[in-house]
Amino acid sequence: MKSLRFAAIASLLFLASCKAVVLSPSGDIAAQQRDLLLLSTGLMLLIIVPVMALVVFFAWKYRASNREAEYDPEWHHSTRLELVIWSAPLLIIICLGALTWVGTHLLDPYRKLDRISADKAIEAEYTPLRVQVVSMDWKWLFIYPEYGFATVNELAAPVDRPIEFSLTSTSVMNAFYIPAMAGMIYSMPAMETKLNGVFNNEGVYDGFSSHYSGHGFSGMRFKAHALDQAGFDQWVADVRASDAALDRAEYLELEKPSEHVPPTRFGTVDADLYHAILNFCVESGKMCMDEMMALDRQGGMGIAGIMNVTALTHDKYARRGTVLGNAPITVDAFCTVLDSERMYGAAETEVVHPKAATPIRGHALAQPAMSLTPTFTLLRTPRGAEAL
Amino acid sequence: MTLTEFIFGRLDWNAIPYDPIVQLTFVAVALGGIALVGALTYFKLWGYLWNEWFTSVDHKKIGIMYMILGLVMLLRGFADAIMMRVQQAIAFNGSEGYLNAHHYDQIFTAHGVIMIFFVAMPWVTGLMNYVVPLQIGARDVSFPFLNNFSFWMTAGGAIITMISLFIGEYGQTGWLAFPPLSGIGASPYVGVDYYIWGLQVAGVGTTLSGINLLVTIIKMRAPGMTMMKMPIFTWTSLCTNVLIVASFPVLTVVLVLLSLDRYVGTNFFTNDLGGNPMMYVNLIWIWGHPEVYILILPLFGVFSEVVSTFTGKRLFGYTSMVYATVVITVLSYLVWLHHFFTMGSGASVNSFFGITTMIISIPTGAKIFNWLFTMYKGRIRFELPMMWTVAFMLTFTVGGMTGVLLAVPPADFVLHNSLFLIAHFHNVIIGGVVFGLFAAINFWWPKAFGFKLDPFWGKVSFWGWVVGFWVAFTPLYVLGLMGVTRRLRTFDDPSLQIWFQIAAVGAGIIAIGIGAFLIQIAVSIWKRDQLRDFTGDPWGGRTLEWATSSPPPDYNFAFTPVAHDVDAWHDMKARNYQRPTAGFAEIHMPRGTGAGVILSALAVICGFALVWYIWWLAALSFIGIVGYAIYHTFDNDRDYYIPVDEVIETERKREAQLASLKA
Amino acid sequence: MSTITLPKDRATFHLPEEPHHPEGHSTMLGFWIYLMSDCLMFAVLFAVFAVLGNNFAAGPGPKDLFELELIALNTAMLLFSSITYGFAMLAMVKNNSRQVLIWLGVTGLFGLAFLGIELYEFHHLIHIGATPQRSAFLSAFFTLVGTHGLHVTFGIIWLVTLMVQVHKRGLTAANQRRLGCLSLFWHFLDVIWIGVFTFVYLMGMI
Repeated sequence: MKSLRFAAIASLLFLASCKAVVLSPSGDIAAQQRDLLLLSTGLMLLIIVPVMALVVFFAWKYRASNREAEYDPEWHHSTRLELVIWSAPLLIIICLGALTWVGTHLLDPYRKLDRISADKAIEAEYTPLRVQVVSMDWKWLFIYPEYGFATVNELAAPVDRPIEFSLTSTSVMNAFYIPAMAGMIYSMPAMETKLNGVFNNEGVYDGFSSHYSGHGFSGMRFKAHALDQAGFDQWVADVRASDAALDRAEYLELEKPSEHVPPTRFGTVDADLYHAILNFCVESGKMCMDEMMALDRQGGMGIAGIMNVTALTHDKYARRGTVLGNAPITVDAFCTVLDSERMYGAAETEVVHPKAATPIRGHALAQPAMSLTPTFTLLRTPRGAEAL
Repeated sequence: MTLTEFIFGRLDWNAIPYDPIVQLTFVAVALGGIALVGALTYFKLWGYLWNEWFTSVDHKKIGIMYMILGLVMLLRGFADAIMMRVQQAIAFNGSEGYLNAHHYDQIFTAHGVIMIFFVAMPWVTGLMNYVVPLQIGARDVSFPFLNNFSFWMTAGGAIITMISLFIGEYGQTGWLAFPPLSGIGASPYVGVDYYIWGLQVAGVGTTLSGINLLVTIIKMRAPGMTMMKMPIFTWTSLCTNVLIVASFPVLTVVLVLLSLDRYVGTNFFTNDLGGNPMMYVNLIWIWGHPEVYILILPLFGVFSEVVSTFTGKRLFGYTSMVYATVVITVLSYLVWLHHFFTMGSGASVNSFFGITTMIISIPTGAKIFNWLFTMYKGRIRFELPMMWTVAFMLTFTVGGMTGVLLAVPPADFVLHNSLFLIAHFHNVIIGGVVFGLFAAINFWWPKAFGFKLDPFWGKVSFWGWVVGFWVAFTPLYVLGLMGVTRRLRTFDDPSLQIWFQIAAVGAGIIAIGIGAFLIQIAVSIWKRDQLRDFTGDPWGGRTLEWATSSPPPDYNFAFTPVAHDVDAWHDMKARNYQRPTAGFAEIHMPRGTGAGVILSALAVICGFALVWYIWWLAALSFIGIVGYAIYHTFDNDRDYYIPVDEVIETERKREAQLASLKA
Repeated sequence: MSTITLPKDRATFHLPEEPHHPEGHSTMLGFWIYLMSDCLMFAVLFAVFAVLGNNFAAGPGPKDLFELELIALNTAMLLFSSITYGFAMLAMVKNNSRQVLIWLGVTGLFGLAFLGIELYEFHHLIHIGATPQRSAFLSAFFTLVGTHGLHVTFGIIWLVTLMVQVHKRGLTAANQRRLGCLSLFWHFLDVIWIGVFTFVYLMGMI
């Protein structure tokens, strides 16, 4: 056992010496995910270590050459032992299951942050930094709607300010991952996912796609700069100073597959661009997906709708048709209620009222005063138990 | 359409890959192939192969052919693995490595597909094919011709996949070919089509073989062998085949839908016009997760047989072992979403699937304990199968632990798609499936061939695999914790390189393990007289397959055995069983047929033609398949009787063998 | 299997005589299991239709496209074919191969009528532009209904093969078994069609 402990310590030191970013992140969400990871590992080791030790011990003790050891060829049942071997894993899984349920809800990427870090509370009312992320072949586009500019393969954010990412993709699936900040989330074409995160320490962190997306996948990397407020303001000013503008035409150029794209800045960006990318209607004349879905909810457009299409001549890949099908088509746009809403409706500015930083325990139950912090409260927690 | 286009579809000279590595491989394979064909012709072995093997409907020969197929494909799949490891070990500091993206992306796709579909599946199927009928005291499977056909369809799928190496390309999509990446827009050339048709052809074989073995186990058990007296391996095979029958149809349909998108332009998984790519991800994992258990369950059975045999002891907790297997079978359908927690399905959905996944670890844990307590108060002989089993118990528990870790959604959010995940599933597939297969091969080889495998080279192979595995995959765990994702071809961060280099060394050590295994087989054949076993029961076995001679006669058992106990053969030995020496009768047997080879060849041609858009050939070969199948139904010459004299002669020889042992 | 009497004697380890396994004694079970796997394929197609069935891509929906009268007629064809197949099986029990052939022929004709009507419907839809490529709904519709139609097509090919078999060799045990399997298959397709009719057509018209 001594050597085992030594091995454990040695391997931990080993891990600490290399940059195991998952184990030493710089953002609160990733840190809590790390805590859960360590806690679950610990829970499982409770049973794994004895089992492995027993395997070795029994294998050694009951070796055929050891005539001292008891040999009972007909011994094959023991109700008490069977109870133990079913209930021991069961107990562990009950603990782990509870931990999973709470942890999954607390660390849901869609959930708005309710603290900045373990020792830093959040304001009662805040607006997160919103970043719209588009994974493209093979680069990342970041649109900052607050500031009206966009960057490619370069992300920056002030430390300790919650960030809300909205993600989509132009053509194929990717996953957006900055290990130092928070877990990953898929970015998928014509769909939107959300990720909430925060940086707690200044620094330059790696970001990349963690879902294989084709030829240029390996080069789909960017640097995420976590800056102090002054540094971020400076960065904003720098990006704004760029003459390049990302309008729809420029976007269609950008959308073409390219690899190892250096960081690029666009001082201005078409305000509707993200919506158009998400809904596959950057090219004029195409019907946006949200309109299409709204129409579909009303039962489609009938026989007349069949003809409301145009042959598709080009998209990202200069797409050819299928060998046995007809030429690919897109549905033509026409003005809809959604259009006018978007045109005349007020721009949304979302203010978050964070919930108390306590675990969710089902709708009907009061929230216990207990937090999932690295202090491993769950393991020794009779404190919050009365609320159950 | 020009005439050339009509005749050749989109097949042209550009289809020959311009890549020195592939060309060299082609030359080597071609030379090897010519040498093989030449040798077979020179030694006039074609007739023997055709009559005794290719057209055989004997479950034992089909089982062995499955194993050979799996071994050949293992070499291909492992070559891919080595190439990946080398590429990742050198592609640092601006180096592009030696593989371009087009080649590298094909390699990891092919590696996954080949290892799962054409290595693990044939080995597992071959094992079940060989052992199950013997274990239940049957003469063959329920549908012997179907069995032959299933094998050849599996081989056909492997052939289609192998052709892609030299004509055209393979998919560059990852082994599950998620759309839209596998759609016609992002993958317009033939790679994904090879993928689709290779799997479809093999899938037919797998499904039919699943039905066949299922019926065999239900209908053909020896009298007295009730469900709760079935050997554990037969139980796990039963559950595996239930899983096959209840999951492969999903794969078939999802691939059909993908091919419709690619060939006809439908909108199942497209981004536009109402398609839904995420539906593909869901559907393929509804097949994919049970598939994992299809692979591991039979090996759980193997370990149970090996542990109780080599501890010389009854299996501890037979009943709970059976229930654990059944629970795993059912639960394996309720966990598929854990493969994509990061899709953003919402916290409640994610925790549901996370927790169901963890629940699977309870019966799995119970199994580990059962093996453990079988060792308790046993008398353990550390022969090769038992060594593999102990290595499995130590390795697999770690893999199980990291698996449960990945089932915790917040932990999965930081580890998903990372090299940690790669290390995890290799930990369970190598540590579980592969170790189990080697245990099984060493265990049942004497049954199949009448001599044991050489223990020295077996141990070299064992240590090569075990040490190689840990050296190759521990660095991947570490890299995963360093936030390194899978399927990367080049790297920026030089501090990662050392880990990839260690992993490459590990792969090299595994290569020693594989090489030693091949040497082990060769040496054993060479020294077969020294390793000979006349008893038919070299390990002190406990189940019925050890009751007959090694190798068993065509008819397996001259008389249908009667089982009184779970360990039927152990029970027979304990009660002074006497071999029957008189009263033999002629034995009704199925006749071999070439129909399976012909149908599968037509299916390969059809698949190839569809890949290359050669419509006339596809239509012709498809009509050929239907026409030949109909023609085959008119063939009534399907069985024969082994004359009683031949049975008596065979049994007399066996008696003489056993007598010579006593003397 | 069930006919074997187990030796009571704990020391008897083999049957003195070869138990009689009637030829193809497990074919029916095997075919059942095959049908269940086929059923699962349809289940996936139904699930796909359930997911995509409302994605019209601003095109036509079921109400714009389906003619229930025609589909009702189609359903009737298939239901009648099931009844006539039943008559064929009754004739088989009576060992009347001539009647078997006649009823099989009638069944085949009903099957062909069903296919004809289905092809007419498909042709009409494609002609007005409601092709499988137009929307995910239409993709799912054509694939689900078409897969069923493909099954019926193979059922008819099988049926003709069996008619030739019965004509050539009479109602041998093998042919009786095959007729039994086809019977299962044919009724199975009927059940699936009832699912299609309800789920795709009737519920689509609501």
